[in-house]
Amino acid sequence: MSRELTYAEAIREAIDLAMARDERVFLFGEDVGVYGGAFGVTDGLYQKYGPERVRDTPISEAIIAGVATGAALTGMRPIAEIQFMDFITLSMEQLVLQAAKLRFMLGGKVEVPFVLRTPAGAGTGAAAQHSESLENWFVHVPGLKVVMPSTPADAKGLLLAAIEDPNPVIFVEHKLLYRTKGSVPEGYYTTPLSQSEVKRSGRDLTIVATSLMVVRALEAATKLAEEGIEVEVVDPRTLKPLDADPIVRSVSKTGRVLIVHEAVKTGGFGGELAAVIAESEAFDYLDAPIRRLAGLDIPVPYNRELERRMVPQVEDIVTAARRLVREAR
Amino acid sequence: MNDSLAGLSPARLHELLHQMLLIRAFEESAEQLYLQGLIHGTMHLSIGQEGSAVGACAALRPTDYILSTHRGHGHCIAKGARADQMMAEFFGKETGYCRGRGGSMHIADVTTGNLGANGIVAGGVPMAAGVGLSIQMQRQDRVVLVFFGDGATNEGAFHESLNLAAIWNLPVIYFCENNQYAMSMAIARASKVEKLSDRAAAYGIPGVTVDGNDLLAVYAATQAAVTRARGGEGPTLIEARTYRWKGHSKSDKQRYRTKEEVKEWQERDPIARLVQRMMAAGILTEDAFTQLQAQVETEIAAAIEFARNSPDPDPATILEGVYA
Repeated sequence: MSRELTYAEAIREAIDLAMARDERVFLFGEDVGVYGGAFGVTDGLYQKYGPERVRDTPISEAIIAGVATGAALTGMRPIAEIQFMDFITLSMEQLVLQAAKLRFMLGGKVEVPFVLRTPAGAGTGAAAQHSESLENWFVHVPGLKVVMPSTPADAKGLLLAAIEDPNPVIFVEHKLLYRTKGSVPEGYYTTPLSQSEVKRSGRDLTIVATSLMVVRALEAATKLAEEGIEVEVVDPRTLKPLDADPIVRSVSKTGRVLIVHEAVKTGGFGGELAAVIAESEAFDYLDAPIRRLAGLDIPVPYNRELERRMVPQVEDIVTAARRLVREAR
Repeated sequence: MNDSLAGLSPARLHELLHQMLLIRAFEESAEQLYLQGLIHGTMHLSIGQEGSAVGACAALRPTDYILSTHRGHGHCIAKGARADQMMAEFFGKETGYCRGRGGSMHIADVTTGNLGANGIVAGGVPMAAGVGLSIQMQRQDRVVLVFFGDGATNEGAFHESLNLAAIWNLPVIYFCENNQYAMSMAIARASKVEKLSDRAAAYGIPGVTVDGNDLLAVYAATQAAVTRARGGEGPTLIEARTYRWKGHSKSDKQRYRTKEEVKEWQERDPIARLVQRMMAAGILTEDAFTQLQAQVETEIAAAIEFARNSPDPDPATILEGVYA
């Protein structure tokens, strides 16, 4: 049985199910308790599970990452929340130099099973220090997994899979997705990590998009279909380790690929995707150059119109896709 | 029971003296092997600091955890690690504690509760709060002791960890080995606070400064902190004042300190002090001491032999261990 849930409700349901099922799972972070989380995602969990398992922390992002690492190392299954992805900059040492490397450095003798959830993305008028999309920083770190769901059903299934996973997982949520609705199966289920999914089939062009951009790419695809352009939309869902095969297969089929993400273009995940495609057998099928549509290389601006222009919008995707379909190699 | 020897039995004191001698001999050998080119990379020797490593770990049970530092060889041995598997790790061998992937700076033995040395100053300090929370939530009869140096007390993570452990009453012992220098930076130049244990007041927890070269004083202070932690009364900050006889690492020309200062501290050798105390108390004879030294020499020789004869990691396994 499925029913309509918002992305935020789906995440809450996943945490609830995991906590009910496994005593080792606990949730902690800034204002996740009585307040219910800055975006209301954890609303009600404090009332259900109490202050020991739904734990408010001081504003101390380094220690949030440290607690996740230390507790995971010694038998717990922590779910940490970093209130805005921007603040993860204050957690970097523990995540990058400790959590990610411990298993390898110690000769494979330990596991560090935690999930660090964090909302990313612009579009809320919160300006440059509350709107970052920093996922690719973590993609660059062996030992971490990076998950970015785009739908409520994926958010629930992927979060449950991340909690079950024996590795540190950075779980990137998008603020503008929290209120989006979708059909979500009831009960406990996992959506495997490292499994890209074709969200819409098409023959003319592949769009590989992440997070909110998947939603926008699907909207763009609907509009393009009215012009007779059939777009295939692929959502990697897990950025690292990446399941490249469905992407390579799709590009081999369509011969054209547009990569869309919100994070700034330079050094973004799109560069990695482009390289993976260029190095694969899909290269031989390309009828046009690989194109990227991404955030402008600027900090996120406050002004509504400037902020809108900084991040790819549906019309930008439509325009870029249309141009690419007309392009010949 | 002899109160002047911190309530430790003669047999236990012999064990602790053995550990101190083993640490000293292990590090002296490791340095020689490094100079001979048999060990590569770098290493941070704790010679002169054996009193704090052994005194602190003596107050712990095998089931308790420690988190260690880049100067962590002593902690590892004091918590119960084997010299042969440690030496094999220094040689980068598959039989080493970290299968040759970690080396001196990441030496760990999870079977004896050592969750690892650390290449980052204060790197283990945030994790300690997590380990403490894990113990508390699982209702385990355990504590975690985290070692760090004087340099770590100026890292932001130190503050966040002590504050959190304090508000949540976590069973953590924060054990600062103040060896006077953070690489070349003297603690007197790096902190306006004369006693680093005074910083405990900022978190509303007890802080105590002890002579780190007096094993018995270190043991007594740690024991008190462990009792508090086990009793659910929360963390304690211990500052053990000690000194590293050797440079920071293998590249140190030691321009920041005088030979006289080093000599002065060498006269406060923690091993010689314990030997004197035990002899004065009539629980150690010259013969027994000589025998102990010979035993340690044999152990180290066997450890080196084991390390030399162990296989290197198979290059085909290079990708192993990144993910579980």
